[in-house]
Amino acid sequence: MSYCKQEGKDRIIFVTKEDHEAPSNAELIADDPNDPYEEHGLILPNGDVNWNCPCLGGMASGPCGSQFKEAFSCFHYSKEEVKGSECIDHFRDMQECMQRYPELYPQDDETDSSSQEAESRSALPTEKDSTAATSTAEAAVSADGTSPTDEQTAS
Amino acid sequence: MLKCRTVWRTLAPLARTSSTVCRQNARRAGLNNGRLPACVPAAHMSTAPAGGGRENQLYVLLVGATCVGGAIYAYRTVKGDSQRYQDRIDEISSRPLKTFTEEPATPTQSEPPAAPSPAEPSPPAPDAEILAPIETADLPSVWIASTADEPAVEASPQEAAEPAAALIVEEEPPAAEPAEARPGVVAEADEPVIEASPEEAAEPPVVEPEPSPPSEPTPAELTEPVADSESPAAESAAAAKPAEPQLEAVTESGDASPASHKVSSHTPYLLIGGGTASFAAARSIRARDPGARVLIVTDELVPPYMRPPLSKELWFSDDPSVTETLRFKQWNGKERSIYFQPPSFYINAEELGSAENGGVAVLTGKKVVHMDVRGNKIKLDDDTEISYDKCLIATGGVPRNLQVIERAGEEVMKRTTLFRKVEDFKSLDKVSRNVKSITIIGGGFLGSELACALGRRSTESDLEVIQMYPEKGNMGKVLPEYLSNWTTEKVKKEGVKIISEALVKSVVSKDDKLEIQLKDGRLVKTDHIVAAVGLEPNVDLAKSAGLEVDSDFGGFRVNAELQARSNIWVAGDAACFYDIRLGRRRVEHHDHAVVSGRLAGENMTGANKPYWHQSMFWSDLGPDVGYEAIGIVDSSLPTVGVFAKATAKDTPKAATEESGTGIRSESETEHTASSPVASSAPSPTGVQHKDEYGKGVIFYLRDKVVVGIILWNVFNRMPIARKIIKDGEEHADLNEVAKLFNIHDD
Repeated sequence: MSYCKQEGKDRIIFVTKEDHEAPSNAELIADDPNDPYEEHGLILPNGDVNWNCPCLGGMASGPCGSQFKEAFSCFHYSKEEVKGSECIDHFRDMQECMQRYPELYPQDDETDSSSQEAESRSALPTEKDSTAATSTAEAAVSADGTSPTDEQTAS
Repeated sequence: MLKCRTVWRTLAPLARTSSTVCRQNARRAGLNNGRLPACVPAAHMSTAPAGGGRENQLYVLLVGATCVGGAIYAYRTVKGDSQRYQDRIDEISSRPLKTFTEEPATPTQSEPPAAPSPAEPSPPAPDAEILAPIETADLPSVWIASTADEPAVEASPQEAAEPAAALIVEEEPPAAEPAEARPGVVAEADEPVIEASPEEAAEPPVVEPEPSPPSEPTPAELTEPVADSESPAAESAAAAKPAEPQLEAVTESGDASPASHKVSSHTPYLLIGGGTASFAAARSIRARDPGARVLIVTDELVPPYMRPPLSKELWFSDDPSVTETLRFKQWNGKERSIYFQPPSFYINAEELGSAENGGVAVLTGKKVVHMDVRGNKIKLDDDTEISYDKCLIATGGVPRNLQVIERAGEEVMKRTTLFRKVEDFKSLDKVSRNVKSITIIGGGFLGSELACALGRRSTESDLEVIQMYPEKGNMGKVLPEYLSNWTTEKVKKEGVKIISEALVKSVVSKDDKLEIQLKDGRLVKTDHIVAAVGLEPNVDLAKSAGLEVDSDFGGFRVNAELQARSNIWVAGDAACFYDIRLGRRRVEHHDHAVVSGRLAGENMTGANKPYWHQSMFWSDLGPDVGYEAIGIVDSSLPTVGVFAKATAKDTPKAATEESGTGIRSESETEHTASSPVASSAPSPTGVQHKDEYGKGVIFYLRDKVVVGIILWNVFNRMPIARKIIKDGEEHADLNEVAKLFNIHDD
């Protein structure tokens, strides 16, 4: 049974699980997908890649940023059956660049999983609230074990 | 125009006389026509109409001679003036040729010590040498332009624009060839031409042709040729060199160059301050502007790092060398350094101009002392000037100190730590191992976190940890009273002695110990003090830059897009910005630094977005208390708290163990973990009514609208909280809103 008490200006409500079982009737304003102010997830409303997405870590801004952008753009717009199959050269360039900075891009599993990471990231839904997307993105990718939020790996 | 005036002046007297003559003649003629017959003046005309022919002739002769003489005089004067002008110009242009041929000896001598290589210009010493012999009155024509070799060559397109300059340059080749090849030549039209390299790529004439000799640039101006000249001629020239930041001179940290550096350089993006906001902006700029060149100038000696671990994770590390490695364990078990990026990520400031894909360079150990907004340049404490296209001020702040401590003298100050930077962490760590008692003054975030961290340490050693503050309980200014009291109890359990409602009256050093006298008479004896009483935003540049400082919140006043003035943005702790939803505020949290830094970076690359994505913050006070918050969380606001009955499962510690994944809503780029699982500190789950506030949601209201939310031991729900704040609606029943958070679930 929930009860309520007041301590000065502060109100305190204690609720049980049952009290909160009924769905909320609080009204939230629907999100405008075209809101220019909103932060976006990995994919912008117009379909482009959001290079400033926190989910990418610093991949697009580091020393190998341009190679990464090329490779990932190619992959993103790829219409092949095996998505990104024509982008091998770009990914190779990116890999070569990353090998030059082993400190920034640890080589243990980065080489193989870089393309995997790209795939998993691009597959993330971005229809929801952008921040929800980013946090799910990060959660999903971090489950991989190669977390982009670990700044040592991604720049 | 001068000619006319000279002519007129010379001719004026003549003109007057002749006009009088003419007038008189006219009058005569007119009068004789019979208009004013009666007014025939009695005065005799010099020439009678008829008769007096001889006189007439004489008169004519005289007048004629005078006219001719006057004309000749006028002509000669004017001619003489122009001749003099020409002579002067010739003399001026001939002068540099003379001084140039004399001077090469001097630069050669002064250079070898300073120059790393013959071709590499080493500006400061030779510059000073050369300027010395030239007096102010003369047109100083020789100065050093410091450029990285390659970018200078890129200036060649602009060479063609200045045929006159080029002419002079071409005359120079043999003389200019010797190794240094730096002296500039003044072109005929007073255009300083900067010769940058042995190839003599003449840089664009950066100062526009001065119309007349008197307005020659003074030596003072020319000592900073690129920077100063960029300001008057400014935008076109500056814009024409976006790819040419010439920075090698600036990095004295690497060079052995002597003091007076009068050479300037340029960077498209300049970030003042090397903290979280600055790094986030650098990343944002690089992501949006491919190949961008970003220069970070910081007075710290290390590259950008994150601050939260300094008062949390680093203290819980098992690694004894943690003060050296500065590595900590994140929530997911992975270790990382507090530095955002290892040093290999950054490029050298000298190479910034020539780097093919741009990059981020960090200039450490340099303080910006002056900002010239009109000239788009800043000056460092070593007199180097750097010009910029866009500038971010992210200077953060300096910890406040208690006045009683400041006045207490050297002995007390020696034993006081103002905690903010990496070196403060290192020194406090050392102190905590060597003293018997530490007192923390301040009951806010930093004070409480440090108290808990040191309290944890006190269980291993016999360190006494005292925390004192004027409020009634920990986080008294943030949490509603009931929660603050509850938190204080938890902190006490961490081994901290709490002295609440304590106002420090005086501090004295006695017998190698510090004695803190409180206003209510209590006396506290301790070995070391940590003052965590707030942050003073660093607005030193406001005066020279002419930037507004906010009187309510402190910090630079900026608009919703974080802009202070055109080309200048402010982010992080130092920014007092307009939050469209919550009003003007200044936020001193890590995630805000990330969000605002990123936004500033976006706006510096043309995005024009206002502050909209609300930043969050978090704190952990031991293994039992962890919360995340968003918006305005001020205990003076009315609050509504909705709590669930807590079970043993609802603590940060338990949540980490259970899920193994992120429990902390990740602040978008850089996040740090909650305190990693600690083996000690069992959580008391026994008595139910003690855990009344186990987990829940607290809403902070302003005029019935939710402006702040705390998620108390409830994790991964930040997006919902953000949404509620963003909506800014009046909700009749906040219990219904609380349902959205599913606080009973894990």
